[in-house]
Amino acid sequence: MSEKNTVPKESLFSPKNRKLITDPIGTSNPITVQVLGVCSVLAVTVQLRASLVLAIAVVAVMGFANVIISLLRHGIPPRIRIIVQLTVIASLVILVDQILKAFVYDVSRQLSVFVGLIITNCIIMGRLEAFALQNKVWPSFLDGIGNAAGYGSILLLVAAVRELLGSGTLMGYQMIPNFMYNFGYVDNGLMILPPMALITVGVIIWVHRHRDKALVDVS
Amino acid sequence: MKALINLVEKVKPNFEKGGRFEKLHRSFEAFETFLYVKGDVTRSGSHIRDAIDMKRTMVHVIIALIPPLLFGIWNVGFQHYRATGEEVAFMDQVLFGLIHVLPIIIVSYASGLAIEFIFASARDHEVNEGFLVSGMLIPLVIPVTTPLWMVAVATIFAVIIGKEVFGGTGMNILNPALLARAFLFFAYPSYLSGEVWIETTLQEGQQLVDGFSGATALAVMAAGEGAMPSDFNMFFGFIPGSIGETSTFAILLGAIVLIATGIGSFRIMASVFLGGLAMGLILNLFAVNDFMAMPAYRHLIMGGFAFGAVYMATDPVSASQTGVGKYIYGVLIGVITVLIRVVNPAYPEGMMLAILFMNVFAPLIDHYVVESRVKKRMKRMQKIRLQTQA
Repeated sequence: MSEKNTVPKESLFSPKNRKLITDPIGTSNPITVQVLGVCSVLAVTVQLRASLVLAIAVVAVMGFANVIISLLRHGIPPRIRIIVQLTVIASLVILVDQILKAFVYDVSRQLSVFVGLIITNCIIMGRLEAFALQNKVWPSFLDGIGNAAGYGSILLLVAAVRELLGSGTLMGYQMIPNFMYNFGYVDNGLMILPPMALITVGVIIWVHRHRDKALVDVS
Repeated sequence: MKALINLVEKVKPNFEKGGRFEKLHRSFEAFETFLYVKGDVTRSGSHIRDAIDMKRTMVHVIIALIPPLLFGIWNVGFQHYRATGEEVAFMDQVLFGLIHVLPIIIVSYASGLAIEFIFASARDHEVNEGFLVSGMLIPLVIPVTTPLWMVAVATIFAVIIGKEVFGGTGMNILNPALLARAFLFFAYPSYLSGEVWIETTLQEGQQLVDGFSGATALAVMAAGEGAMPSDFNMFFGFIPGSIGETSTFAILLGAIVLIATGIGSFRIMASVFLGGLAMGLILNLFAVNDFMAMPAYRHLIMGGFAFGAVYMATDPVSASQTGVGKYIYGVLIGVITVLIRVVNPAYPEGMMLAILFMNVFAPLIDHYVVESRVKKRMKRMQKIRLQTQA
């Protein structure tokens, strides 16, 4: 892909660039197709609010990390590229962590260690390695945003299911009307436990592959 | 009988290719084979067809489930009237039990079979008979007070996540009936622990007797207070508990049916009991609290131990397949059950978790048993080869 500099200048939102954003949300979704970054999906999806904040944080970190690494791509010695990538991600994560602590303190406490663990999120390193190191700044930015959005969309989906069925709320607002509880409806305690996140992700993967047969790997 | 066959043959064309209800032909097939062995003939090669297929196997298990079911129905009534202190006739007790148990069974079958039929139509495979047994096991391992909608949710969850995800009957790694119970246990804990084992909704003019306690023997032991039922009551099942699990005696009757027909594995049943007994005896040696000091044999007649050993652990799909593997699998179930009961105060009953846990390990056990066999044979072969060369 590096010989792209011979190609005439393409528009900012050419079909190719648009695919960089739409692909990771659909057919090459980092969670449901590549099955990366599942750990945080299991941990923070009990409530929609926390997941939303984490999703935004990941979008920010990934977009900027991809841009920075793409800018530096000719200057990074290949032997120490992993260290450089880690440093860039870690500085961004610290930045995000400080912002969260300053503006949404309770959510930041709820996310606790998982903001810090964005550093170890395999999706981010993976995209830096696979994309930003070989591509120009703008496509790298789109790729980062796209992958983070793909990750975030699954995060939000799982969190919505878990919060609705597990606590009867969404974003902290009660969703299941009181008369249901009077009829004997009870919130599902299993939804709050981590196994249910795994099962929910599993079901999403199942449905995704059922609808898109190209994803089914025949072995 | 003849009329029934004629009826089946008459409506059959409607469900075949080009018929009006072509989409439903899998459902029709299920009902047809439920009534009669299909008239299909093997067309290629020579095969021996055994009379016993999955449907007959499952029917045998259902027959074996009749003693605990009947006893459970009566016990529901018996426990209720014991709680209210009323003296009623035997048939009234049975009637009370029927009114409360039948809806659970119907809901369990209806919700589970609905899912089975939907998946069978969507994937175009035969409706499998596996649920015939699971649908009966689920009501027997839950308390009679479980709300019906919870039974339905748990059953649907167990059939989809426990079975259909893996490809249907015969592919599941976990026992679906136990998965349904585990789902209820973790999703709605307050409905599956504590004093939920006896139906105590009171009508006008009724009241609970003084000093009434609905705690199970396991809960009594775990809490270290309250009166333990006598061994006689525990063995014959005149105690509170899940619908079908209380009477070890009735379960052993079922076990005889399973072993005599060769459906249930004797090795698994025996080794689960042995494992539980052995672990109980080992704990007796330490005996730092009452539960550990309790005679080991009591573990076998308390709670769901016998039911799990006879009906759950022997599930041919999720258990170990190899002979030696079955012993290892069974003994470990017994050991882990007693360990969970005694050592972990959060879970008074360990049978469910122990079996699910060992279900996961069953393929690993089988793998190593087969490996060791292969190694032994290789050695023997090499010996023979060396001898013939010499």
